[in-house]
Amino acid sequence: MYIEIINEEFDPWQKLVEYKRSQLKDKTNIGACSVFLGTMRDINSGDTIKSMELQHYPDMTESYLEKIVDSSTKKFKIIDSIVLHRVGLVTPSDPIVLVATWSEHRDEAFEATRQIMESLKSEAPFWKKESTDKGFRWVEPETNQTDNTSEV
Amino acid sequence: MYHSLIIMVIVVKYFASISDAIGKASEKINIQPGVTADDVWSDVSKDKKYTGKVMVAVNHEYVDMNYPLNDHDEIAFFPPVTGG
Repeated sequence: MYIEIINEEFDPWQKLVEYKRSQLKDKTNIGACSVFLGTMRDINSGDTIKSMELQHYPDMTESYLEKIVDSSTKKFKIIDSIVLHRVGLVTPSDPIVLVATWSEHRDEAFEATRQIMESLKSEAPFWKKESTDKGFRWVEPETNQTDNTSEV
Repeated sequence: MYHSLIIMVIVVKYFASISDAIGKASEKINIQPGVTADDVWSDVSKDKKYTGKVMVAVNHEYVDMNYPLNDHDEIAFFPPVTGG
């Protein structure tokens, strides 16, 4: 398992290749790899987005990502996994999140990658602040997201 | 009869739109035993313009608003998360 919060632009494909060469070269039981890459788009809620600031809660972020990945690793018998997430200022097309899982068979890798992403979006403490022509605004969570909130 | 007043110190952190509304990223406050996360939120958010949902974590774990705080706890208030 490898988790990293990155505060600068990164090449997800180079990171994947480096990880595979350094950590997975002896894991010959791997039969499948599933990869999800999330990138910044330049439109949201009908507005053009010029850039976005990604904020997070240091320590809690890493702790929850580890829990999320550990849970999926056990549930889907994942051999190894990697989660990379950007923070700081991003611009359209920049990579934001990379999730990759390796398993013996494709179903486990597909399912694990999806579960990690869904849990990350509902539990990991990241927030996005968009810059539009109208000014700055915080991004609202998706309506189908798991609700961990307390009404006050 | 002698009564001692027990004061506990906690760190309060704010993120995203809640940090904007409160006007700071963190602070240390004194509380008394038995104070809950909700008590702290009511205190720090009074007269502040935040009407959205609030998530609360203590020592980096999600908790309910009725969670009782202990000395040296770190409590964080933030809006629903939007990563990924």
